[in-house]
Formats: sequence, structure tokens, C-alpha cells
Amino acid sequence: MPTTRRAAVLGGNRIPFARQFGPYAEASNQDMLTAALEGLVARHGLAGERVGEVVAGAVIKHSRDFNLTREAVLGSSLAADTPAYDIQQACGTGLEATILVANKIALGQAESAIAGGVDSASDAPIVVPERLRRKLLRLNRAKTPAERAKAAAALRPTDLGIQVPAATEPRTGMSMGEHMAITAARWGVTREAQDELALASHQKLAAAYERGFFDDLLTPYLGQTRDQNLRPDTTLEKLGSLRTAFGTGPDATMTAGNSTPLSDGASTVLLGSEEWAAAHGLKPLAFFVDGETAAVDYLGGEEGLLMAPAYAVPRMLARQGLSLQDFDLYEIHEAFAATVLSTMAAWEDEEFCRERLGLDAPLGGIDRAKLNVTGSSLAAGHPFAATGGRIVATLAKLLHEKGSGARGLISICAAGGQGVVAILEAA
Amino acid sequence: MPRSDGYTSFVNSGVGKKVASALGLPQPVPLRRYAPGRPLVDGPVLVGGHADTPAVSALRDGLTAAGATLVDAVPDGPRLGGVVVDLTAAETPADLESLRATLAPALKRLGRCARVVVVGRDPERAGSVAQRAARRALEGITRSVGKELRAGATANLVLVADGHEASALGTVLFLLSARSAYVDGQVVRVGEREVHAAPVDAERPLAGKVAVVTGAARGIGADIARTLHRDGATVVCVDVPAAGASLAAVANEVGGTALQLDVTALDAGTRILEHATTRHGGLDVVVHNAGITRDKLLANTDAERWDSVLRVNLLSILQMNEALLAKSGLRDGGRVVLVSSIAGIAGNRGQSNYAASKAGVIGLVDGYAADRGLVRRGITVNAVAPGFIETEMTARIPLATREVGRRLNSLAQGGLPVDVAEAIAFYAADAQGAVSGNVIRVCGQSLLGA
Ligand SMILES: NC(=O)c1ccc[n+]([C@@H]2O[C@H](COP(=O)([O-])OP(=O)(O)OC[C@H]3O[C@@H](n4cnc5c(N)ncnc54)[C@H](O)[C@@H]3O)[C@@H](O)[C@H]2O)c1
Repeated sequence: MPTTRRAAVLGGNRIPFARQFGPYAEASNQDMLTAALEGLVARHGLAGERVGEVVAGAVIKHSRDFNLTREAVLGSSLAADTPAYDIQQACGTGLEATILVANKIALGQAESAIAGGVDSASDAPIVVPERLRRKLLRLNRAKTPAERAKAAAALRPTDLGIQVPAATEPRTGMSMGEHMAITAARWGVTREAQDELALASHQKLAAAYERGFFDDLLTPYLGQTRDQNLRPDTTLEKLGSLRTAFGTGPDATMTAGNSTPLSDGASTVLLGSEEWAAAHGLKPLAFFVDGETAAVDYLGGEEGLLMAPAYAVPRMLARQGLSLQDFDLYEIHEAFAATVLSTMAAWEDEEFCRERLGLDAPLGGIDRAKLNVTGSSLAAGHPFAATGGRIVATLAKLLHEKGSGARGLISICAAGGQGVVAILEAA
Repeated sequence: MPRSDGYTSFVNSGVGKKVASALGLPQPVPLRRYAPGRPLVDGPVLVGGHADTPAVSALRDGLTAAGATLVDAVPDGPRLGGVVVDLTAAETPADLESLRATLAPALKRLGRCARVVVVGRDPERAGSVAQRAARRALEGITRSVGKELRAGATANLVLVADGHEASALGTVLFLLSARSAYVDGQVVRVGEREVHAAPVDAERPLAGKVAVVTGAARGIGADIARTLHRDGATVVCVDVPAAGASLAAVANEVGGTALQLDVTALDAGTRILEHATTRHGGLDVVVHNAGITRDKLLANTDAERWDSVLRVNLLSILQMNEALLAKSGLRDGGRVVLVSSIAGIAGNRGQSNYAASKAGVIGLVDGYAADRGLVRRGITVNAVAPGFIETEMTARIPLATREVGRRLNSLAQGGLPVDVAEAIAFYAADAQGAVSGNVIRVCGQSLLGA
């Protein structure tokens, strides 16, 4: 058995996140991931360096991008002999990539690594209807002129049409927002509470920009210097005036203002062993402590689509011998304001904690002053696979500011009823 | 970046040359520029001067070692690559005849982009009025020769201290080399500090040095980063966060690091120092290049416009230097290079705020260079004052004005960012330990402020 050591988060870089069809409308996933990597390389002086491995992914992916991360590495200033591979776990991609490489570093299988993620909701692959696709493949297979004529004749004008992929669950045909609306109603999450959370997200992200917090976490891209979705001057009134987007009747509490918009962007995080960091003049910001994933059966209506983190966190806490209150900072991904509020409500609910989590007592509440202190996805935007890297780098820096030993919890929900969570501790 | 402007290419074409000479138009030639491996000069170097030419004697071996073929008379064969005239022994204006006698025949035999380097002594240190006059006369001669020269040739004056002639080797080599392509009509003062032997690797004089360049995302700053890197330094590239994308590209190109920060931030100096120390183990060279213009006639300049230029171009340097020049800052033998401007020397209509800041920079050089603590630590402080340099900044000047700005100098063309960078790299080398308190204009001997 190999012995383990601590994997350190050394820094991060992302490009500002943009709204769908915004300034990055023409940028591909590879372009954005390469840009995010280039900023990371420049910040940490890694030009020409061979990094142990680069692991990243995208949720919406073109088939041509079968080697997306490796191609991005080849287009970057990293040494060409830096290996890379893609992973994908929906919105958990970035954090899962971090867990993967942190474990490799901990096991001594890598000295350094970059985890990341990218997504474009603008430069999306266009999919032809399944029926047309099959006919075209048949036409392509045809060998003789007769076969070809026959295959071509099978094409019907009605076959034409394109499908742009949406954030829809394949097995339910429902959008993520529609799923969330059910959960929000289940937990009695109010419109006001959601709008307040959204407002806080914008205000805290804006304040973080103002104090230069992102100066060493972000590199501008295509003229964008801040997250495009950020509305520093939004108000409860403005948020309250928005029409509801998901849910029906009195249960309709979710709006475009308290849900994340479709976004474009990329993020990267640099991790390494303490020895590698020292040899490169880099100071660890935080150590990776633990990670956990969970999935729930949302199909039978047993549990909400985005509630898996509520299960993953207690499992990880038990393993670490920690309580939910043993943290200085919490980063709960704001897929929707209601996601954060439902998750927290569940942890405070005695019945949920007993029946679903098998705990003697509720996990309890979270000090809201420690939650998403520099804002989260509602303000920044949410390019699916890029969110994990954004959160890991942000939290690592925040913990470093707090001082050695400070502890932070990350919770990210993902499509397919999944959740990825992790613990970082200030170096 | 244009390697040469359209006009320069035109007059160097067959028909263009005829047209230009018939009309008496300026006839710029593409300047010889440095690339590793290029010979110091293209052709033999004539050495001569007055009496026992103590400077030439002290420099002879060094010049030869650097690849120069020294000759004592104008050869019949190849054209001269350069001339070094030593007037350090001049006692009275009558002795200047030695200079004329050496130079006059040589000027007719100069090759393209040849170099004239006059070596003299500081007039302020003269022992008699006559000697002072003779020493001062060298400046007038050098500047006139600079204007007389054609085909990219330059003339510069080096003032050396009695008994420390050898310390001027690096300066004379720079002025002979292609690195000084756009330096013309300048006076460089070399002090009394003894400098160590030439660096082990002449092509990488900054090997092992850690340098920081502010405003490195583009323009002159980007070329400073490239040039310092070419000469062997590890470069920390600094620019405002908003310029981060191009800053990252420059940093990756030179294998350095990018540090996104506004130089006017109160903690800019400490952050730069801390970055250089933790990442690279220390700091040896600081180039304060970041600068802005907010042009308006003084009559129309409000406090905001005034303040922003002074803060970025002048006050930030003072503020950063508190940390950078502290005992815990720049290492012994460190180098500080500031970027002034000919506008700071000549003044410029509509640039009173900018000229104030850039003249102030020269004041900083004077002040720091005289600082005993810095002198003791072997830290030198110098400036370059660029003239018309082809950058995005000058590309935005209206065509007619730009054309005038470009031609109003002895070389009849604009300089390139790399020309400014070369002068900065020159100051930065260990060999220039005796060069402090200088302001070298990189302006092709511009008529402005001359
Ligand atoms: N181009 C010329 O002809 C010329 C002539 C004389 C002097 N200069 C001087 O040379 C220097 C470089 O000029 P250039 O032509 O390359 O200009 P430039 O505008 O192309 O580049 C200046 C760089 O400085 C950066 N900068 C500005 N304010 C900053 C701040 N507060 N903090 C950090 N970085 C900041 C800018 O972002 C930019 O990247 C300046 O000091 C300028 O005054 C230029």
C-alpha cells in the first residue's frame, strides 16, 4: 500500500463567465479551456513545464472534442509532454476532476496536476433528429449506386430540423428548473428567501471584485474583465418584479433572477505536492482533505433531482468525525437559490436527517455569514463543468486569507440526481 | 509591429532612392538591430584620439575580446564599422584638433549603421577653465557629427572617470553594437565604481537575474520583458488586471510569471517584492515602465486628468520604491530603470501633466543615484527617455503629425520598442555597475528638446 501525503491547492485561474450568446458566442470549449490554462500557466510560471496531468471536461461537448483537454494542453504553453484526459460528471465535473488529481497526488502518482472544466452554452453542437441521423448513416454506408439511391429516397423533408440541446433530464423530459420547483415546493422555500439569496450573491461577488479579490484568480478573455451576469446594482424590488420561470400556481417561486443563466466559461486549478510547490516557489493555499459523491433516485419521485449533496455531505462528515458546524466557510453551488435553501432546510429537518440520512439528530444549520462569502453561481453564472474549478480556487484563497487550519466545505449538485462534495483546509 | 514603416521601404527601393535624393527628402535606412550571434560591428573599428589615449589603452583588450578588429588608421579595403576617438587627455580646446584629424577621414569611410563613439571626461571635474571648455566641446562635436552622419550611423559620447577608464567597456560596447540602433547624440556618464570582469556568457549578461517589468502587457513593456529574457533574466510581468490576457501571453512567451496589479495600489511594491522573492528567490532589476497619457491643454486640464497621470507615471514609482529599495528589497548590485520621455525634457503642447510626470522621473533618477545607501549597496538608477517609438500609442496619432514625429530626427524614422528595451537591458547588466544617474534618450537624436 502506498502511503499518502497531502495534496495542496496552489492557485487557480478562470476566464470571466459570460452569458449564453454573449461575448464568447464564437468561442469553442477548446478556445476557452486553453485561455484559462494560459492564464494559470502565466500566473504560476509554468511555461514549458511538464505538469503531472491535466484533467478537465465539458458537459456539452462536440464529438470532435474527444480529446478536448489534451488538445487544450497542446495549444497552451505547457510542455507538450504533459498528459491530459477528459472526464464528465455533469455540473460536478470540475470538482470531480479536483478530487481525482488530489488523490493521485496524495498517493504519490503525480507531483502536480491541473483540474478544470469548461462549457459553452453558445457554441453548442447541433443535433439532427434521431430519425434523420439514422437515415444519413445508412446513406453513408451504401456501397452501390442502387443502394445509395434507395437510402437517399428514404429522406423526407419532414426529417429536417435541428435540435439544440437543453438542460433537460433525458429520463423525465423535465428541465432542471422544473425538477427544482418540485423540491422547492416540498421544502416550502419562499420566493422572498430565494430573491434574498440571489441579491446577496450579486452583492458579495461585486464586493469581492471591488477589493481586487479576483486579481489573481481570473484572466480577462475577449475583452470581458468581470462575470457578465453580475448585477452589482440589482435590488430586491427588481428581483421581485421578475416573472416566474418554473413551477405552477402558488408553487411558482423560481425566476430567471434566482436561477443561474446558461453560461459560457472555463476554470482551472493547480494542485501539487508540498515538495513540488516548494520547488516552484509556490505557497499552498489549502490542502485537499476529502471528497465524496452521492446520487439519489429522483425518478420514482423519492428525492429531488438536485438533492444528492444533502446525502454526500453527512457521509463525508461522519468519515472525518466532523459536524456540519465545524467549518469556517461553506460553498454551496447556487444552481438555483432554491437548491441552496432546500439543501440547508433538509439538513435542519429532524425527520429528513433521521429517515433519509439515518442520523440520530439533525445536522443543523449553517451560519449564513459563512456561506458563499464572495457570491456564487447566481451572480457569476454557471458554465456547467467550469463551476467546480471556480469554487475550489475561490475557497482555497478565502481559506488562505482566514489563516492556517481554517476549514471549508464545498457542495455541488449535478444532473442525473448526483452530488459532489469536498473539504479543503487552509495550509 | 512594423519592422520598418512604408516610407522607409519606399526610399530603399531603386526608384524611391532616386526620388528622395532628387527632392532632398529624408533617406532613412533599415537600422541594424541586435540578434544573438551577430558580430559586434560590421567592419573594423578605427581607434585614435589625443596624446596617449588612456581610455583606448584601457579598453583595447576588452574591445578585441568582444570581437572588434581594431585599426589605427583608416584602411583602404573594407568600410569602417565604427570609430572610437579618445579625447580624455585633452587639456585645452586646441587639443580638439586630434579629434578632427582622426574623425574627418574616417567619416568618409563609414559603413552602413556605423558607430562613432567619442570618449571624454566630465567637464564638471575639469582642472582648469580651458580643460572644462575642451571637455564641454566634445558634446557639441558629437551632436553635430550625429546630425551629419547618414545611413543609420550614430555618434555618442562617453564620459569616463580618471583611472576608471576600463569601467566604461560595457558602455562603449553597447554604443558600438546594434543594441544601440536608435541611440544617437547621447552623452553617457560612467562613474568611478570598479566593475567586475565581463560576464561568463556574453550573450546572456542577465543570466540568473530576476527582473520585474511594469506595464509589460504590450508596447514597449512587452519588448522589455522579451529583451531581458533574451539576455537571460527571469521576468515578472506586471500590468493592470484588465490587461491580463495579453500579459499572460507575454509572460508565457518569455517563460516568466504574470502578476496582475495596478501600480498605483498602496501595496504594489510589497506585492511585487513578495512575488519575486517567493517565486524566484529575490529581485535584481526593476523597470518602471507603466505609463499613461491624458492629453489636454493645461488650460483645460481638470484635477482628475492631472492626478491620474501623475499618480501612474510618478507617484506610484516613489511609493513602490519604498518597498523595492528597502534593505529587504532589491539585492545588492540591483538595478532600477525608469522610463521618462522626451516630452519630459522638451515639454509638449497639451502634455503638461505627462511632461510633469516624465520630468519628475528624471528628478527621481538624480535623487536616487545620489542616495548613499543605494550607492553602497551597488544599486544603480537610470532612465531612458524614448522619443518617437512605433507602438499602439503612437499608431493612434493622426497621420500627418505622426509622419512629422517620425522624421524629425537624425535617423529620419521612428524607433522600435525593442530599441528602448535594449537600452534598459544595457543598464541592467552587471557590467554597468558604474553607470548611474544617466538619462539616455532613445530618440534617434530627435530635434525635440535637443
Ligand atoms: N510610445 C512612445 O513613443 C513613448 C515615448 C516616450 C515614452 N514612452 C513611455 O514608455 C512607456 C511605455 O509606453 P508604451 O508606448 O508601451 O505604452 P502602452 O500604452 O502601449 O503600454 C503601457 C502599459 O502600461 C500599463 N499600465 C498603465 N497604467 C498602469 C497601472 N496603473 N498599473 C499597471 N500597468 C499600467 C498599460 O496597461 C499598458 O499595458 C510609458 O511609460 C510611456 O510613457 C512611450
